[in-house]
Amino acid sequence: MSKNGPLALCYHALFVAFMLAPIVVVVCVAFTPEGYLSFPTDHWSLRWFYAIGRYPEFISAFWRSLWLGALSSAIAVGFSVPAALAIARYRFAGRDAMTALFMSPLMIPHVVLGIAFLRFFTEIGLGGTFVGLVLAHIVIVLPFALRLTLASAVGLDRAIEHAAVSLGASEATVLRRITLPLIVPGLMSGWALAFINSFDEVTMTVFIAAPGTETLPVRMFLYIQDNIDPLVTSVSACVIAITVVALVALDRAYGLERLLIGRSVDAR
Amino acid sequence: MSFLALESLTKRFGSHPAVDGLSLAVEQGEFVSLLGPSGCGKTTTLQMIAGFVEPTSGAIRLAGRDLLAVKPARRGLGIVFQSYALFPHMTVGENVSFGLEMQGVASGERARRVAETLELVGLRALAGRFPRQLSGGQQQRVALARALVIQPQILLLDEPLSNLDAKLREEMQIELRQIQRRVGTTTILVTHDQAEAMALSDRLVVMNHGRVEQIAPPHEAYERPATAFVASFLGKTNLLDGASVRPEKIQFAGRGLAGRVRARVFQGNHWLYQVETGSGLVTVIRQNTGEPMPAEGEAVCLAWNSSPPQAKLGEVSAQQTEGS
Amino acid sequence: MTHDPSVGVRRRHLPTSWGGAPYLLGLPALLLFAVVVIVPLAMTVLLSFHDWGQYKGIEPVFILKNWREVLSDPYYGEMFWRTFRIALAVTVLGAVFGAPEAYILNRMKSPWRGLFLLVILGPLLISVVARTLGWALLFGGNSGLVNKALVSLGLISAPLPFMFTETGVVVALTHVLMPYMVLAVWAALQRLDPQVENAAVALGAGPFTVLRRIVLPQVMPGILSGAIIVFALAASAFATPAIIGGRRLKVASTLAYDEFLNTLNWPLGATVAVLLLVALVLIVAGASRLVERRYAQVFG
Repeated sequence: MSKNGPLALCYHALFVAFMLAPIVVVVCVAFTPEGYLSFPTDHWSLRWFYAIGRYPEFISAFWRSLWLGALSSAIAVGFSVPAALAIARYRFAGRDAMTALFMSPLMIPHVVLGIAFLRFFTEIGLGGTFVGLVLAHIVIVLPFALRLTLASAVGLDRAIEHAAVSLGASEATVLRRITLPLIVPGLMSGWALAFINSFDEVTMTVFIAAPGTETLPVRMFLYIQDNIDPLVTSVSACVIAITVVALVALDRAYGLERLLIGRSVDAR
Repeated sequence: MSFLALESLTKRFGSHPAVDGLSLAVEQGEFVSLLGPSGCGKTTTLQMIAGFVEPTSGAIRLAGRDLLAVKPARRGLGIVFQSYALFPHMTVGENVSFGLEMQGVASGERARRVAETLELVGLRALAGRFPRQLSGGQQQRVALARALVIQPQILLLDEPLSNLDAKLREEMQIELRQIQRRVGTTTILVTHDQAEAMALSDRLVVMNHGRVEQIAPPHEAYERPATAFVASFLGKTNLLDGASVRPEKIQFAGRGLAGRVRARVFQGNHWLYQVETGSGLVTVIRQNTGEPMPAEGEAVCLAWNSSPPQAKLGEVSAQQTEGS
Repeated sequence: MTHDPSVGVRRRHLPTSWGGAPYLLGLPALLLFAVVVIVPLAMTVLLSFHDWGQYKGIEPVFILKNWREVLSDPYYGEMFWRTFRIALAVTVLGAVFGAPEAYILNRMKSPWRGLFLLVILGPLLISVVARTLGWALLFGGNSGLVNKALVSLGLISAPLPFMFTETGVVVALTHVLMPYMVLAVWAALQRLDPQVENAAVALGAGPFTVLRRIVLPQVMPGILSGAIIVFALAASAFATPAIIGGRRLKVASTLAYDEFLNTLNWPLGATVAVLLLVALVLIVAGASRLVERRYAQVFG
């Protein structure tokens, strides 16, 4: 009954080609043996991948991005857990306002946040520091962490906790032995989604990163602004490869669709 | 010749036969139920009649013409889906009107027939509401009206009452039967609820593992089940001397099969007994007449009337597919 | 089919709390947001009223100079108009091409469905810089791959300029934001009862009628909410217009960036940013309200 016709499949093929084209092009050009941008025709070369080694600022930016993402996502999850429990469990004055506030970094253009952070951190003496980056990233990835934590807190059957209480567990024990273990999958996927968003963030970070604290996407962006050469394609190819591996792992672990279709589609 | 004929209808998913050589003849105006546990092939059969599933082999004929050659959109069957499948973005009136629109019925005629059909199911006042503003029972009636308004040659009901609570279900059973009698549409009901099937239909088709176990009027299938499966699926039963004996047919008597009451349960209008006998555990149901009944641990004798002869199980007679 | 509890969260009866428990639980995050979001945003708004001079730098006074300049100078008007024109084009292209793809995807069988969903949504998680770099390579001046393909297909006779043009920015941004649209429509399709399509077919509706009268109206809220997200993100996009549009083709966010990091006229940059924020909040909130009101009765 519900099968796609040949026309639909043609459309689908073109669509997929459109989605993959720029990514495939970057990866292909990265293997060029030439000294300028070109498609490798007769032979492929790893020359530009080795070249990355001669640019330590890319390597250190990569490690900085990794640490920044891991740290800010973990702290964001830490802030989300109590907030999610409050929103999922109670009806109180200001509940909707509180949810809207925590979700607001999704709606505020990152340029605006970048400007606001730049002004703020400069004033309080955190301008261009790693601490400033972490603070800013906690805020922008918190909505992602909160969304998935909230989903698992809402899905939690209260009767399970009531059962624990009836068996003599104290409130703290219920939290530690019942509630937290049950929402752990939500926390993990929330952390993962937050990490990816932190790792990819460029618009806001470009304002607050100083030469010593640039993240990988910022370094790449600034490099491209000056000139596009095969070096930046090989760096991009590495980023794409890492993302694809993470993507497939995430899809296996949680299902990508579940991770991405949160309440964001409700466009609040 | 019968109105609707299914001839050796078979559907395989991979190598697994979902429906295996089903033959059935339905008369015009008849109410037939396909009854069986989940996975017995009853829903697949219904979907083959509707055209949503293509049979692997076999034929379906409606009033003599080959139904399989007709596209689902042109079969003109009225279907009530288990989920009701109401169009959530259309009002009750628009839902019911949709099928007539597809047939190109003029708008004046359409309005008249929609009103008439909504009247039939008692929903005339709610024509402007959206489906989600209705109760489960009301949604059920809209689904029925939407199927009936196109004056279908056959009405297909896919577990139509399974989403309703017990009390409402009983009311709807009576109403459904009345409406079907009044409009006289040939109806095929798919259900796993034997009480519902027996209450509504002229004939039952009891199915298991894709095969027909018995085709018979409800009373006959209950009294003379063709197989052990039919006997146990249609109600509680005891296997005594290779024959099926219904618990309510067994009496406590002065002589007969000796046993001891192991447990008894009071259920309001009747008592339910489990009696240990030399032939194993026997279930007995006695009506509550207000008189004292044997207590737990008491010795009793069981007697039952074996004429007319209880169906011998294990021999599936060839005549069962002929119908009534 | 997987059921996501977060989609259409059940309205459960929640205990009303008059005590401090929920506030106490929310307090850490509230404090964080007060200090790291609200204060900086307020400072930015204030900054837009400060004065600035080439030699004196930022002067903490309260004047309307920047606002007057941004609101009266046609240079800024043209720039904002370009920003929203690009966002609108990206939104329309996304809806027109993304919605059918989501529908096709939804009709696919098990292994393909998951695979292609991954292929189409996956780019969302790949760095925007890397994706935009891909388009810069594809456009690559007049000899780029896209032009070669279009010419050889006979669709155009002479190469089109993509780099440093609005067309180029629109194409690249459509690609960057397409996953959001597919995702929104996909989510709406998941809520569809598959039997509903069968019900329409049984009543005599052909495939096109089913699509137009049954599927499209039910998916419309998904398309609209996807459109709102795509519009907001397109209007505030930075990396893609910066790389494809270059220094000549300015949109609101790249202009603000220039004022901050090149010209160093922070108050003027802050004014542009605050104006962008206010315009977006008004548009997004207004559109969401409209969509919600339109569909409240039907879908709730």
